Formats: sequence, structure tokens, C-alpha cells
Amino acid sequence: MPKIPVQFRHNGRDVAIFVDGGTNLLVALRELIGDMTPKFGCGQGGCGTCSVLIDGELHLSCLTLAETVAGRSIETLDGMKQGPNLHPLQRAFADHFAAQCGYCTPGMLMAAKALLDRNPAPSRAEIVEAISGNICRCTGYEPIINAILAAAGGRASA
Amino acid sequence: MTRHRGRGIASINYPIGMNLGGDPSQALVHSNPSGKFTVALSSIDLGQGMKSVTRQICAETLGVPVEDVYVDTADSDTGPHCMGSFASRGTHRVGNAVMAAAREARGVMMEAAAEELEVNAADLETDGRGNIHVKGAPHRSISTKDVAIAAQFKQGKTISGRGIFLVPLSDVDPETGEMSPATCYAHACLVAEVEVDDETGEVEMVRMDSAYELGRALNPRLVEQQLVGGAWMGVSHALYETPEPYYPDPSHGPRDFVEYLMPGPGDICPHDIAVLERPAPDGPFGAKGPGEMCANPVLPAVANAIFNAVGVRIDDLPITPEKVLRAIKSQGGPRPQARR
Repeated sequence: MPKIPVQFRHNGRDVAIFVDGGTNLLVALRELIGDMTPKFGCGQGGCGTCSVLIDGELHLSCLTLAETVAGRSIETLDGMKQGPNLHPLQRAFADHFAAQCGYCTPGMLMAAKALLDRNPAPSRAEIVEAISGNICRCTGYEPIINAILAAAGGRASA
Repeated sequence: MTRHRGRGIASINYPIGMNLGGDPSQALVHSNPSGKFTVALSSIDLGQGMKSVTRQICAETLGVPVEDVYVDTADSDTGPHCMGSFASRGTHRVGNAVMAAAREARGVMMEAAAEELEVNAADLETDGRGNIHVKGAPHRSISTKDVAIAAQFKQGKTISGRGIFLVPLSDVDPETGEMSPATCYAHACLVAEVEVDDETGEVEMVRMDSAYELGRALNPRLVEQQLVGGAWMGVSHALYETPEPYYPDPSHGPRDFVEYLMPGPGDICPHDIAVLERPAPDGPFGAKGPGEMCANPVLPAVANAIFNAVGVRIDDLPITPEKVLRAIKSQGGPRPQARR
């Protein structure tokens, strides 16, 4: 079966890859583009650690066919840093000890970015809702929620 | 339908480490010619913070900045032996081994510095900022980098140290059955407050209040992080998680991680934590280990809270809505206990 050519924007840069039909975006990003920031967790849309933004919207890259993102703009954690500076969300995650083993962190940061991009001043409940598709097996949700609140300029409770 | 509030308490006395044929861990510390140090371990950091804590212990013992220490771990091909990361033993066992290795390396470093400064090593001290100077005469100083270079290129010395911490096997006394499974114990007490729905059998966590005595907290933020997350692992074992809900009947078990129940961000409740620091005499800088103990007391506390709320005693985990509902029905309805 011939490979399918796919062109899209990856963190602001045009990329072109050839994929087999049925290849998911997570595999394409990791193996063909070399962007290892989206993680493979469950591979079936249950954990959220593979989350990326497609045209600014949060998507599970493990459930997205690579051939469907032609012409679209993909954002991953790899593109979050602004030059040498951490994104305010990354800074807040570090300041609030919002990572333990760190495996959920890329997905959490993308879910948080998707939220803050459309709602710069979310309530605590809106933050909980926004990251509810992401599992943290270290169960450190409290510091993650506090970090997102802080990044949004709100006051994080202890 | 009524939602019943209940409160339960549990306390724990938790042994640090294990007692199956002795419990050793090893560490090796060496300097590079740059004056930075590498700690070689094969202990695993699964996110608890072992790399951070062993780095702190090594830097503190050597008397150098924490930035100057690199911890190379989790490779059993190259690292010295470790029993593993379990039984809350990491900080205590591995930390002690790192401390011993760093102490030996510090001895060589001070001898090398003494040779360069032409003084007695006993008259030297470190400033914790990467320099070694004569006590009371800070101007007679040499950087750890220059000491490392001198040791490497002039003196032909390796600034290195070996460390092992072994808790020997404690055999059972044939007369009394007594043994000493651990050298130190951590302690905790947790109060869980729940709401039980007598129509659906669902249990909702309302809040947790807890106190932990875990020796010295070497990295208080990491300790707190582990206590917060660990408590929810405990809730998860108490209320949600099982691969075989009708064991030994394998039916209705989760087939994948989508069906396997775990707490999500919407489940968590307020949790107040108090950390009491009573340094352990044989711990590295007095540390024991928060480890597993942060999850354990949650399970009995939640079971007790459910009993307090509706008067049913569930002794089979996890305490699913089905079990709660069947128990309520079999006793003819909820029987809220006295409020505690």
C-alpha cells in the first residue's frame, strides 16, 4: 500500500511526512518527526498523556489519524517554551511541584494551555473540568490545579 | 434518598525497609576533574524524589553545592547493588549508603586539598559553595575544582568513596518468636470524612485530615507532594481499584486502562496535612521515609467512616457502591452511628 503524504504545521514549522494509512498522530509525531513530548499512555484515549492541540483545540493524538491533520496546525509541549524562557504554565508547574513521575505532565500542560487560551481566568471548577480527561497516577491533582490557577493569575490555595 | 456523613480514623506504625535475608544498598561517589561529583546507584526513582534526596544528602555530606552533584541511577549494569525501591526504604537505606560513600570521598578530597595548601587536613573545612579553606583563615582557600585537578593530574589520587548500608537479617527467636524487622518506624494518623448515599451505595470523600511522623523531612515539598498523592492512592484502593471485582470469578474485570477505575481530578477533596519531624537516630540526617505509609492508613479510615455513616462494616476491598448497597439492604436500612 502506498504511503500517504501529509503536510502540516508542527509548533509553527511546516513539516511533511509519509505515513501508512491508519498511522495515528502520536506515532507520527514521535517516530517520524522525533517530537517525544506527547507520551504513549494507554493508546486508547483513556489517560490523556498524548494530548496535543490541533488548531488550538485539545485532541488525543493516539486516537487521531495522522492523515487527517493535513494542512492543520499542531502544537505540542515541545513548542511551549518561548525561546529560552519557560511558558508561564511550565513555570507554575515547577513552582508548585506539580510533577512527580512526570509522565502525565505533557498532557496536563497541553490541557491547561487549551483552557487558558480560550478562558484566561478560569475558576477552580473549570480547571478540574478541563483536566478531567487526564489521569495522574501519582494522584497529584491538587498541585496541578493550584499551578494552573497560579498561571492564570488566580490565587492558588495551599 | 439520604446522604449520610461519617467520620473514620486510623493510625499506623510503619517499619522502614524489610527483613528478608538482610537489607543492603550500595552507593559510589566520585569526582570528575571539573570538581563536580557523580553518585552511582542502581536504585530506582519512580517519581518519589530519590534522585533529589540522594543528591541533597551527597552535597551536604561532601560540603559542596547541590548543583555540583549529579546522580546517575537506575542502571543495574553500571550501578552498585540496591535491593530496590519499596518498603519505604529508599531515603533511609540508599541515603545512608550515599552518606557513607560521600564521607569517604570527602576524606580523600580534604587530604588532597591539605597537600595543595600544605596544611593538616584536620584544619580544613568546606564552605558549601565549592571551596575548601583553613579553619579561621578563609583566605587560605582552594576550590574543589582545583583540588580535583590536582588530585587527578599531580597527586594521582581518585577523589572517590564507597558506601554500603546493611540492615542484617533479624532471625526469629525460637523461644519467643520475637524479631526486629526494622531499625526505625514512621507513624501516621488519618481522619477520613465521607458521604454515603443510601440509595446508590456511592461513597464520596468529603475531606481528610492527617498527621505524619517521618523523621526529618529532607525535602519538605517533595514529602508533602508524596503525602498528598499517596493518600489518594489509598482512597483509590479503598473505593475504586481492582482488576478482579468478583474474585475468584474473573468476570466483569476491567479489560484495559479505560475501564480500570482510578481517581480523577474531580474526585479529590480537601486534605490537611501536618508533618511532625522526630529525627531517626540511624537515618541519614534523621530521615525515615514517607513512602507507602502515606497510602496505608487511608483504607481503614475510609472503611471506618463508612461504618460511622451507615452502620455497615465492609471488609472486602474496594468498597464499591454494590457492596455498600447490599450491606445496607441486608441490615434493613442505613444505621448511622454516633457522630464522632
